[in-house]
Amino acid sequence: MAKMTLADLKKLRESKQQAMSERDPSNKDTQVIVGMGTCGIAAGAKDTFNAILDELEKNNITTVLLRQTGCMGACASEPTVEVIAPDMPVVIYGKVNGDVGRQIVREHIIGKKLIDNHIVDRPALDIMK
Amino acid sequence: MGYKHYIVTCGGTACQSNRGVELFDALKAAVKAHGLEDEVQVVASGCLGFCAQGPIVKVLPQDTFYVNVKPEDAEEIIAEHIVKGRTVNRLLYDKEQSKINVKVKDIDFYQKQFRIVLRNCGIINPESIDEYIARDGYKGLERALFEMTPEQIVEEVLKSGLRGRGGAGFPTGMKWKFAAMQPAGQKYMVCNADEGDPGAYMDRSTLEGDPHSILEAMTIAGKAIGASKGFIYIRAEYPLAIERLQTAIKQSHEYGLLGEDILGSGFSFDIELRFGAGAFVCGEETALLASIEGRRGMPSPRPPFPAVKGLWQRPTVINNVETLANIPVILTKGADWFRQIGTADSPGTKVFALTGKVNNSGLIEVPMGTTLREIVFDIGGGILGGKKFKAVQTGGPSGGMIPAEFLDTPIDFGSLAKIGSIMGSGGMIVMSEDDCIVNIAKFYLDFTCDESCGKCAPCRIGGRKLQQYLDKICSGRGTDEDIEKLREISDAMTKASLCGLGQTCSNPIKSSLRYFMEEYQEHIHEHKCRAGKCQKLLTYSIDPDKCKGCTLCARLCPVKAISGEVKKPHMIDASKCIKCGQCFSGCKFNAITRS
Repeated sequence: MAKMTLADLKKLRESKQQAMSERDPSNKDTQVIVGMGTCGIAAGAKDTFNAILDELEKNNITTVLLRQTGCMGACASEPTVEVIAPDMPVVIYGKVNGDVGRQIVREHIIGKKLIDNHIVDRPALDIMK
Repeated sequence: MGYKHYIVTCGGTACQSNRGVELFDALKAAVKAHGLEDEVQVVASGCLGFCAQGPIVKVLPQDTFYVNVKPEDAEEIIAEHIVKGRTVNRLLYDKEQSKINVKVKDIDFYQKQFRIVLRNCGIINPESIDEYIARDGYKGLERALFEMTPEQIVEEVLKSGLRGRGGAGFPTGMKWKFAAMQPAGQKYMVCNADEGDPGAYMDRSTLEGDPHSILEAMTIAGKAIGASKGFIYIRAEYPLAIERLQTAIKQSHEYGLLGEDILGSGFSFDIELRFGAGAFVCGEETALLASIEGRRGMPSPRPPFPAVKGLWQRPTVINNVETLANIPVILTKGADWFRQIGTADSPGTKVFALTGKVNNSGLIEVPMGTTLREIVFDIGGGILGGKKFKAVQTGGPSGGMIPAEFLDTPIDFGSLAKIGSIMGSGGMIVMSEDDCIVNIAKFYLDFTCDESCGKCAPCRIGGRKLQQYLDKICSGRGTDEDIEKLREISDAMTKASLCGLGQTCSNPIKSSLRYFMEEYQEHIHEHKCRAGKCQKLLTYSIDPDKCKGCTLCARLCPVKAISGEVKKPHMIDASKCIKCGQCFSGCKFNAITRS
């Protein structure tokens, strides 16, 4: 991208804001967001990420966008995974190892069921909303 | 299609011990009794971080939040809320109870945390500049570049009352003002990312989770003070943070948000990274500057302050990562908004790395003025294993230990100083009855002695002497005079040391002498360590009635101090025993006693 002017920046922000609020980038209707700060990675987030990717492929699911983010502060519950799926409440799971990651794909994304013993809460309200 | 409702009930340890399991079963039974199994899923969660009011029940997708729910309430929740669609008012959280809520209306009513610094952490992809921009990123910079003069920017930051989050709490606006007042010419903006306190990692997480917020803040500061060049001094031990910063700097260049003529405003600013080797003293600003210049990281006397003569003798502002992360929000939402949060003495929030003997360890951000009790028991979920709270160490090795009597003190820079500790960078280590105060004071002192650069005598020699006296006390050879010596040397170091490291490294000793004198006395007079942590004060013996003669302890003992025949009670030879405790933790019959 070429260097922006003030007007470009404002335009870009608006279009991206829309994309983020729709939570529907490029025909994917589901987002899975893995916390990949040092704490998450140390707790095994890379394994979780790969397991989810693998399980999605095994089940031929192409509507899921797998993303990463930084540490959200719930270190006691790392690795953390946020799941935003249609017709489902937005949920953050904690202590998601590879097996739980696969369970998320099978039960939450395919089966539309929440998973026991792993739900945690976002620690604070989003001030940017 | 998913379910119509999801009922999430807390399955955290604290709530489970409060009839949480029964509640879960009762909710499931009630759903079944109403024949709603296809419409409602009952789910046990992990800890939802609201243990003080637990067990809690959340009904999704409406996000209704019930507190102190008993198994007897299950039927009503299903019959009223699910079947009839009416909220069970008596179980809702009482909004009046939330102190935060009174101050800022739009805060979620039940959460104690409020996130300014960590606003994007855990939400955006840190490697995507677009996502940062979408969440009002670079909006503060827009204002700074196109709507404000440098004086107005400084004024806004002054008005916000923002104080340095690296530890000392110096007003950020003042620092900027001093540098801005220097004659024009080459000036520098430096970000201190040399996070060194044991147990503190908020700067790392901020850089890893939201690197653009720091770049934006530094550019704003650059315009305010008239600097065209910025450095981020970051320890090489933070590879992921470095990688994400490098990505962010590259993206900002591509977008024209760094470099020449930013957004066509005529203002130019660039940022480079400088890696530190992880020395604690390099977090001190004069030592940090020496390190950036390529010299050995040692502090030098102030004045002159860096704002007058800093990097390469030019005016330099040094701000900590957390301080900077506040800047874009202050410019976007305004100083008045910022001042509503926190206390009059210390507006805004503080990030703490909550660790130690606490259930929900993690990175938390709370408004200044939150009490330690709220942090340790509500957010932290209480002490591990239901043990008794002993103390909290704030401010890392430069801070002090705060006993239970001050749990209800609202914390800000002023209140912590009053009770003998400091805010510091925000490490918060919780200690339980299993921790020995003297031993922990020694742990911190060992750390600062290792990290002392050795330039000034009070720190170099004083630290070693303190170490020796503590060692003496921990091994049962201490006397009352040693306590006096500890006090004397501590005071001398505070007065005479060159930099903050030496001036503050005796704080753990001073505060523990103040609040936990009886533990020192026990070590000295009774040769006893109540937490069982001071190895040299322990004696191990075998209870002949419980010992089955399995020989495990004899095999575990590294110095062969345990003897005895198979199937007959064993004996420990006290003269050989090195008190390593392996027999104690190894014995399967609890036959070994420690006293």
